[in-house]
Amino acid sequence: MKVLVPVKRVLDYNLKVKVKADQTGVDLTNLKMSMNPFCEIAVEEAIRHKEGQPNVAGSHYKAGTVTEIVAVSIGPDQAQETIRTALAMGADRGILVKVDHEVEPLAVAKILKAVVDAEQPQVVILGKQAIDDDSNQTGQMLAALLGWPQGTFASKVEFAGSKVNVTREVDGGLQTVALDLPAIITTDLRLNEPRYASLPNIMKAKKKPIDVKTPGDFGVNVAPRLKVVKVTEPPKRQGGVKVKTVQELVDKLKNEAGVL
Amino acid sequence: MAVLVIATHDNASLKEATSKVVSAAAKIGGDVDVLVAGENAGAAAAAAAKIAGVRKVLHADGGTLGKQLAEPMEALIAPLAAGYDAILFAADTSGKNIAPRVAAKLDVMQVSGVIDVLGPKTFVRTIYAGNAVLTVESSDPKIVATVQPTAFKAAGEGGSAAVESIAAPGAGKATFVGEEIAKSDRPELAGAKRVVSGGRALGSAEEFQKVIEPLADLLGAAVGASRAAVDAGYAPNDYQVGQTGKVVAPELYVAVGISGAIQHLAGMKDSKVIVAINKDEDAPIFQVADYGLVADYKAAVPELEGELKKVLG
Ligand SMILES: Cc1cc2nc3c(=O)[nH]c(=O)nc-3n(C[C@H](O)[C@H](O)[C@H](O)COP(=O)(O)OP(=O)(O)OC[C@H]3O[C@@H](n4cnc5c(N)ncnc54)[C@H](O)[C@@H]3O)c2cc1C
Repeated sequence: MKVLVPVKRVLDYNLKVKVKADQTGVDLTNLKMSMNPFCEIAVEEAIRHKEGQPNVAGSHYKAGTVTEIVAVSIGPDQAQETIRTALAMGADRGILVKVDHEVEPLAVAKILKAVVDAEQPQVVILGKQAIDDDSNQTGQMLAALLGWPQGTFASKVEFAGSKVNVTREVDGGLQTVALDLPAIITTDLRLNEPRYASLPNIMKAKKKPIDVKTPGDFGVNVAPRLKVVKVTEPPKRQGGVKVKTVQELVDKLKNEAGVL
Repeated sequence: MAVLVIATHDNASLKEATSKVVSAAAKIGGDVDVLVAGENAGAAAAAAAKIAGVRKVLHADGGTLGKQLAEPMEALIAPLAAGYDAILFAADTSGKNIAPRVAAKLDVMQVSGVIDVLGPKTFVRTIYAGNAVLTVESSDPKIVATVQPTAFKAAGEGGSAAVESIAAPGAGKATFVGEEIAKSDRPELAGAKRVVSGGRALGSAEEFQKVIEPLADLLGAAVGASRAAVDAGYAPNDYQVGQTGKVVAPELYVAVGISGAIQHLAGMKDSKVIVAINKDEDAPIFQVADYGLVADYKAAVPELEGELKKVLG
């Protein structure tokens, strides 16, 4: 089956963001950008269902379950690098939908719906959230627009005939749902550990095709619905004190903080 | 103006998060109704009717709603939207699962994780793991939002809203297969007044249970963990506190052997009092801790238990 994996270019997770002095947004100038970690997990999952895990006895990943992996990114020209990373990991080809400003999850979902209509994948695997806007919306929105079932926050994905079983990380523990294909899956942290692309694979990825489109090609209006009023620094927590002993700690908790 | 709050419950009981989202709804203004969708959820509906300020409780009951799967929940909620200016969910795993489906169905751009309501269409939320605070104004005709319950005070009791039954939807293309939900006598992490969390330093599940859990029980606290501790299997996934786990804001948060990565801080930095026990005096957790103890937890935690026993009586 064909799998579509949307990938987002975001500020690298190791870096701390700076809020602009004029409160219009955050300053990303000259900062390292990387693939959103949850998207990396999505790419890895698709690849494992394509390659299988011949060296892992009893693995639920079966070679050939997935036959083609298409990585899509919606973003500026540089998002091609993010697609190249997915291709170097093992995706087969890429689609860049070029937009030079931020696109809200609803518009992203509409563009992805159009890509799904054109590509007809059986499954779309997305990250559960992007670590920049922390919205956690796109997969669910895409599922609603397509009328497909969804398995969000996945920690295990098992294909079984015309269905896929998805184990989900929920508040009380784990929940498993069976979804009729085609379906939407969003990844949580424990689904897998993404691989690093090897140098030969990075070289090979340079030859894999990337199609470049625009939202207009799909007739999608990407005008934002939410107006940014301002972006500010969070209130700073007052740095506390270091206590020297456990006794001093308990005394302070009881008599100074009053929380015991 | 009317606002619909989607209740958080497990059929048998209503969760406090519901009362907190009702407070957020009251800040939007207008009438506040609560939807309780479940299976044999009469008790939860009755509890929702007692929340102060609630006009009406809508109660949909049926086999398709027992696990509140996103597909039937969307089928139930989207048609109800016609009667409301805003639909609010708690920003827990259930609300996060369902709300965007409803929003997309209504062609509305959702506002995620609201921490303050400044007007009927103006909301505050955080981005970048809480390192920037964003105020947005929606231009959509309706609001669909998830609300961070820890940011709002629970609405009181004393209401006596009417409960109106509505029909449950049919089954969707997803079916419930099973679940592993841990039963525990400890308070629930998300709403707990005290939390004790353990990190990678604990080194094993046995050690986590031996060190973190007794300290939590002594304090009557919920147990949390860092991602590293969960990934390594020292603690179950639902213990994870942080940007991509649970957000907590207890009166007392004790971090044991946790370094204080920004992703972890995002989930606990609004706690009233933070205690950190870490053997590295430069660990970033000390920058947010009210009381930092530079020590090996192996000696410090048993000693702490001894001292606590004296003062807790
Ligand atoms: C996409 C993404 C999402 C993430 N989401 C989350 C999230 O939601 N929540 C989260 O927590 N993390 C999250 N992380 C991970 C985060 O970046 C950190 O890796 C993680 O929080 C580290 O966990 P830790 O503090 O337990 O481990 P470490 O950083 O390894 O810290 C262990 C600490 O224990 C101390 N220590 C060691 N031995 C002892 C001892 N004997 N006594 C006392 N102290 C000791 C050390 O000094 C050190 O400070 C996320 C990361 C990514 C990329």
